[in-house]
Amino acid sequence: MSTTVQTRETSAESGDTRASNPPRQRKRRALGIERRPGFLTYGLLIALFLGGAYPLWWSFVVGSSDNKVLGDTWPPLLPGGRFWDNVASVLDTVAFWQALANSVIVATVITASVVFFSTLAGYSFAKLRFRGREGLMVFVIATLAVPTQLGIIPLFMLMKQFGWTGTLGAVIVPTLVTAFGVFFMRQYLVDVIPDELIEAARVDGANMFSTFWHVGLPAARPAMAILGLFTFMTAWTDYLWPLLVSPQNPTLQVALSQLQSAKYVDYSIVLAGAVMATIPLLVLFILAGRQLVSGIMAGAVKG
Amino acid sequence: MSTMTRHQLPDIRPDAERPTSTPPRLSFSQRLSRFDVKASPYLYIAPFFVLFGLVGLFPLVYTFVVSLNDWDILSGPGDWIGLANYGTELSDPYFWNSLFNTLSIFLLSSIPQIIAAVFIAAILDQNLRAKTFWRMSVLIPYVVTPVAVAIIFSSAFSEKYGLINNILQSFGLDPVMWKTEVLPSHLAIASMVNWRWTGYNALILLAAMQAVPRDIHESAALDGAGSFRRFFSITLPSIRPTMIFVIITATIGGLQIFTEPKLFNPQSANLGGPHREYQTTVLYLWDMAFNRGNFGKASAIAWLLFIIIVAFGLLNFLISRRIASVESAGISTRRARRLAQYRAETDASSAVPTTPDQVPASVEPAAVIAQERRS
Repeated sequence: MSTTVQTRETSAESGDTRASNPPRQRKRRALGIERRPGFLTYGLLIALFLGGAYPLWWSFVVGSSDNKVLGDTWPPLLPGGRFWDNVASVLDTVAFWQALANSVIVATVITASVVFFSTLAGYSFAKLRFRGREGLMVFVIATLAVPTQLGIIPLFMLMKQFGWTGTLGAVIVPTLVTAFGVFFMRQYLVDVIPDELIEAARVDGANMFSTFWHVGLPAARPAMAILGLFTFMTAWTDYLWPLLVSPQNPTLQVALSQLQSAKYVDYSIVLAGAVMATIPLLVLFILAGRQLVSGIMAGAVKG
Repeated sequence: MSTMTRHQLPDIRPDAERPTSTPPRLSFSQRLSRFDVKASPYLYIAPFFVLFGLVGLFPLVYTFVVSLNDWDILSGPGDWIGLANYGTELSDPYFWNSLFNTLSIFLLSSIPQIIAAVFIAAILDQNLRAKTFWRMSVLIPYVVTPVAVAIIFSSAFSEKYGLINNILQSFGLDPVMWKTEVLPSHLAIASMVNWRWTGYNALILLAAMQAVPRDIHESAALDGAGSFRRFFSITLPSIRPTMIFVIITATIGGLQIFTEPKLFNPQSANLGGPHREYQTTVLYLWDMAFNRGNFGKASAIAWLLFIIIVAFGLLNFLISRRIASVESAGISTRRARRLAQYRAETDASSAVPTTPDQVPASVEPAAVIAQERRS
């Protein structure tokens, strides 16, 4: 296990290990393993980059022009000057700011709840001993593969019964906890907190909760950040459930889809809306893209 | 010394046998502390189990109860009709149509996606300059939400004045009826999924590739294996567990695809195309439950899909176990022998002690994130 972690850290972070040992490195060079890749590789990478970015750029180009550019034989490459006009049309058509605020509230509450409860349960599974621990953990792992989305019909009936439809509460409640979060935090905490640390805190007279608070929580912080990032993304992008329970008080995704469902679709306005709705996550990506990448990669190898 | 006796010992093992010399009478604070130790673990996991039971498991189980009734959105629970809803659905051509569409879109999106992701991961798994930049760049599509992706692509695939058809026509080709024909619409919807998820999966596979000990590559290179040979004989077998995990999560998500077909052509008369060309099973479920108001039948559809998803998951799991057990017997011993030989030849001092089979890939949480993704 320890070697596993080591491999992960060294290889995922940088290529430093490769340079750490001069004779080996020379040998590797001679074998052609560590050769710098050539133009073909960078050419392919640039093509990938363009393929990933172009649809977004194209939306911006169309979203800043009027509808007529869609008729051009060759797709336009440069933005027009009508972006703010189109933005104004979007703001007239749907309650964009309200929807944005709703999405922020929904995603924030869900993230806080998932991260807190997952850390609490993950800590208990990883570091405390109690009767039935193994069995309950197997249950958590088994539920990872259960498509809970298929329970929407009774969940919808419940929300209707409580009179919650049309409120953000109905959007939030079904995803307050996830089995994945518990599993993820447990996997992280089981290695990262030495048992001695918990024992020491107990000897010093700390009760169970303050041990969790002062030992478990600080140690869990990096994993909490990753879990939070991905939970936020999932909550932000969710569409089916918010569309079902709260179309009259929409989240951003629902509002965006309403823009497209009008009888007559002006694609330059719809695409301007798509660009506007993408900006928050684009900002998140610029600020935390590195963490997203290392989160995906670290999670993938953690065993 | 006195503090040692006054405090109760750090007891994080309530199951362990207590020494018989425990004094019969405990002070209040000692009893409180003991209760704390015993109850806390359960208290900490309770919120998860209670909430998950209420909003995750109960609805799923109750869906089955609803499916056994003649249950309408307006009249509420009607007669108990046993499995009749299942019978009706299994003989309904629209149900089979939705299943065919779901599987077709799923295959068109998962197979090319996995192949492309392996390819991209292999490109990224080189000694690149500006590694982080390139890794981030393949993740750009991931930050565009499925709704936005569906909107952008449904515009690009418009039959008139769509980006794709414009380009086709400028090459003198016939425009394709992306939104009214079966296979073209499936290709268009699969392309949305592929565009958004390929880079994400490539990063998962890249992490698995980087966990392959470099020694193995070195010893193979010494034996004269070129980079292609090493890719097929070392990299691919090593990342297989991760690939299987990616496939399983892609299956769970892909069979529940909803957003992309829902928004592909919102103006069409039926949900999922004028003649249900791309009506997937979740879309059919939605239509049955919330447009036609037949909760009983819709719940039967949900359970049929649930069974199919679980069956797919088990099938994947069994096949992958089979492959792993057949292969590991031959390959790893041979590889281990060569590796030992190679290690003996090179300097023994520097290597991190690794074994050929420790390529870690038992469970991949990041891949599980993807599970709830394609709703």
